Amino acid sequence: MSDEVTHAATPRWLGLWPAAMLCLFFLVPFCIMLAVSVAHRDVSGFYEWGFEPDSYARFLSAFFGKVMAVSLSVSLAAAAICVALGFPFTVFLASMGHRTQTRILVVLLSVLALSEVIIGFSLSTLLSRTAGVGNLFHWFGLVSDPRAYTPSLFALVTGLCYIGFPFAVLVLYPPVSRLDPEIVEAARVMGASGPRAFFGVIVPNLRGAIVGAFILVFVFTLGSYLLPQLLGRSEHWTLSVHITDQAIYQSNLPFAAAMSVFLMLVALALVGLASLAGRDRGAA
Amino acid sequence: MTRMLKTTYVFVILALLVAPLVVVAAVSLNGPQTLRFPPVDPSLRWYGELFRQDEWLVPLRHSLVIAACAAALAVAVALPLALFAWQRRGPAVRVLAGIGLAPFALPPVISALGFMIFWMTLGGYGRIWATIVSHGIFLVTLPFVTVSLGLKGIDKSLIEAARVMGAGRWNVFRTVLLPLLVPYIVSGYAFAFVLSLNEYIIAYMVAGFTVETLPIKIFNALRYGYTPILAVVSVIFAVLSALIFGLIGRFGNLPRLLGAERSNRD
Repeated sequence: MSDEVTHAATPRWLGLWPAAMLCLFFLVPFCIMLAVSVAHRDVSGFYEWGFEPDSYARFLSAFFGKVMAVSLSVSLAAAAICVALGFPFTVFLASMGHRTQTRILVVLLSVLALSEVIIGFSLSTLLSRTAGVGNLFHWFGLVSDPRAYTPSLFALVTGLCYIGFPFAVLVLYPPVSRLDPEIVEAARVMGASGPRAFFGVIVPNLRGAIVGAFILVFVFTLGSYLLPQLLGRSEHWTLSVHITDQAIYQSNLPFAAAMSVFLMLVALALVGLASLAGRDRGAA
Repeated sequence: MTRMLKTTYVFVILALLVAPLVVVAAVSLNGPQTLRFPPVDPSLRWYGELFRQDEWLVPLRHSLVIAACAAALAVAVALPLALFAWQRRGPAVRVLAGIGLAPFALPPVISALGFMIFWMTLGGYGRIWATIVSHGIFLVTLPFVTVSLGLKGIDKSLIEAARVMGAGRWNVFRTVLLPLLVPYIVSGYAFAFVLSLNEYIIAYMVAGFTVETLPIKIFNALRYGYTPILAVVSVIFAVLSALIFGLIGRFGNLPRLLGAERSNRD
């Protein structure tokens, strides 16, 4: 190895322990899952090793095409809303004082860490008839009777935006906070208005980061499992819900594994796109 | 004026994020078994109820034990990984670092199914330690990222100086690196702890029927009707997360930890 390593603080064997742990508990489960996806389903609930494309073939049906379309479109909508709201939010946040930034970040992290179960429960309470906005509208005389806004597509997208928003802000935060404020000032001195400087200088400089955040929120919400069940109707079930349903309630592990492999390919393709976009100039 | 508009925008969004939690906090104060807002007969009855009922205390204990152990495991794997990746180059290092980051780039249901099939095939399915190991590996990314961030800020000539002066690797680690890294290790542990506490799908698929954690218990309880206890548990979780992140923000530099380079203390 090069000179650089002669005085390295860390011995080479240090990598062995994490390598062993990650291989055993992350790569091996992965490989077993790949193998199970082409295994033969045993009707008694398990599987027999084998090599058959049945599970993949089953996935190519109109029903699962529709599931995929629903999953993709609700996640796309949520990602678009999160980034559209989150980008100006992050830019404004980064211009605030250290202490205010810290406090706002604490709120965002706390929301980000909340379990999907709790978010689902909170939102279904907020959108319910007895304890939510429906009640409030009735109180103000806007509607004649309090009504519930859940379960519905609206509630589901709201929930996905709720989990995606802090994520979008935290992904955008490093590149936004590193953007040199002088280039914005220069634009302002040259006579650009606030919105003009925003769209003409800040947005193009962070294009890569914006695309990256969009795709990461998209993948993140694509994996949402509980919100579709708590806030949506059964026709809004996403691929994640169907995977769990097949694995646990239908005891069809090969089919669940095949769907996971498919979902993984979609996610990987998108993360690849995100990192390509991230390599753009001025990005993370 | 524009400054005020910007601040208003930020605070309106924060208010929208906090609104559901405020409603839930108010609902948790209902005296009777109902989810009304504003609450009827406000009392702390359901808070007391939570700590009297085994069906809630057992999942609470599971969640805390799993989170504490899983976060420790995540740090134990992430710290050497970050140190190893810090000074070395090459494809093997990149692949290893990539695997360390992978769990967070994929929808968690994929890891969950992988773990489920793994433990079913090798034994361990339905055991609490299987959940601990699964969470620990899944959450490796968090301490890995925070410790790597801490290492990035360390001047390598400091290490070299110590080495040239004859300090062994262990001494350098103990007296130079570790003290500088402690805040990053602690926050990495805290991130992993909070996320493990709130994680649902992996815990459910690995041991959900035998080792019930709080999120699983909440979801099961939701199926049988809503009670104010659900609101109480949600409030406790939200307060606990806010407390942990608040402490990191109080004693550490949170903007730096999250990747802001130019943010210095006022």
